[in-house]
Amino acid sequence: MIKLTNVFKAFPKGGLALKDVSFHIAKGEFVFLTGHSGAGKSTVLKLIYAEEPVTSGEVRVSGFNLAELRRRDVPRLRRRLGIVFQDFRLLEERTAEENVAFALEVTGARRASIPARVMRVLTQVGLAAKAQASPRELSGGEQQRVAIARALVNEPTVLLADEPTGNLDERATRGVFQLLRDINASGTAVVMATHDLDLVRQAPYRVIELQEGALVYDSAVDEPRDQAVTP
Amino acid sequence: MNLVIREALLTFRRAPLLSTLSVTTIAFSLFVVGLFGLVAVNLQDALRGVAERVEIVAYLLPGTPIETITLAEKDIETFPEVQSATYVSEDSALGRARGELVEFRDVLQELERNPLPASIEVKLTPRFRDAEHVNEVAERLRGFGFVDDVRFGRDWVEKLDRLRQIAAAVGLVVGAAFAVVAIIIIGTTIRMAVLQRSREIAIMRLVGATDGFIRRPFLLQGAIKGMLGGVAAIGLSYGAYVLINRWLLQVAFFSREQALAIVGFGMLIGLFGSAASVGRHLRRV
Repeated sequence: MIKLTNVFKAFPKGGLALKDVSFHIAKGEFVFLTGHSGAGKSTVLKLIYAEEPVTSGEVRVSGFNLAELRRRDVPRLRRRLGIVFQDFRLLEERTAEENVAFALEVTGARRASIPARVMRVLTQVGLAAKAQASPRELSGGEQQRVAIARALVNEPTVLLADEPTGNLDERATRGVFQLLRDINASGTAVVMATHDLDLVRQAPYRVIELQEGALVYDSAVDEPRDQAVTP
Repeated sequence: MNLVIREALLTFRRAPLLSTLSVTTIAFSLFVVGLFGLVAVNLQDALRGVAERVEIVAYLLPGTPIETITLAEKDIETFPEVQSATYVSEDSALGRARGELVEFRDVLQELERNPLPASIEVKLTPRFRDAEHVNEVAERLRGFGFVDDVRFGRDWVEKLDRLRQIAAAVGLVVGAAFAVVAIIIIGTTIRMAVLQRSREIAIMRLVGATDGFIRRPFLLQGAIKGMLGGVAAIGLSYGAYVLINRWLLQVAFFSREQALAIVGFGMLIGLFGSAASVGRHLRRV
């Protein structure tokens, strides 16, 4: 599904962002990617959705070997992934519904099928009643739900979430997290980068921890630990 | 409605200010080019009018038989450079002099003998009205045995040549400079439109839009803006033309083809400017 093997990532001016990172995420898994800010969580996600090229090592995602991925094939990869960010990244001048429909339109989906598919995912994230609202009229939690609906509408096999609750209050955080768990329960793999350890402790999911670009702990491989997770 | 068209038109609604600014910038840039074009068109007309008067006159020896002259006239008309050759007899030369030189009417009336020679007046076709060809034809006319002398305003033709060269060079250099400036200004405006939407472009890429999909609405929108700008530039030029005509001097306006060329030029700049801007932006992100 997602497989990183001895991955190094160097930025031209930023030194080594990832050092020899290897892990494998199976279909349908829920994985927390933890670590301090700057530990390399976002970089791992960027490699997976081909926003950044890998410096050395191998990244395989959903059948693509990213080292061999040509620029024009990137959209094909992205359509198999759903991506959610801390800052939602919605188009301000479009309604919730239009934001979600947009993700279908760019892939050339059949126009007649779009409204029904959009309403289905908006219902799934609990926002069917606010389909006509613009992002400005929605709370942070609601905006993140729209973003998740947009990520889901192409029926991805993996949902990548980069600090999806980072901008949300506790209540909204719980709601969004529950939504991600529900999505995972229906078969979609979820990779969630977060430094919210309460959240991590709440659920019995696999944890991969990064420290200064190196993988220091993977609960699927290493011994379980009680307090070892760095705050 | 087609998605590309819809997205392109939405921009005008979402960013009316920037869109208006783009169209206005394109309009004024093309207006400057257009004004210069008007000057060039009128200068060319004027020069053509002057060149019309390029004429070679071959004065004939007295007593040349009319048959010889008629033959020669036919012969001269077959020269590739020659548009027309007209025989002017001694009598008609005198008649013309009487008509034109009013001050000397009395003198001309009292003449006992007509002092004016007969002549053949040769007009060249427009593209041969330059010093080189005029000289050549004059030389050939001198070769006829019955030709006494050949006259043409040598200095004048050479000056006309020079003037034409200067006009062409200035037109080319200044026109090119104006066009380049217009392209740069329009390019910058389009770049702003792209940057304004960079967030949207980033999101489109994230959800799996191909570069082509992202590019197409920009191209269409660029072409539309360029076209609108071109039409506005023609409007502005027409306004200037009306004012000049009323207050300054009689001038000519663009032909329909020239006007269409300006609109087309605007459209192409809009199209290629957008293609370059979006392409650069997409390569960088």
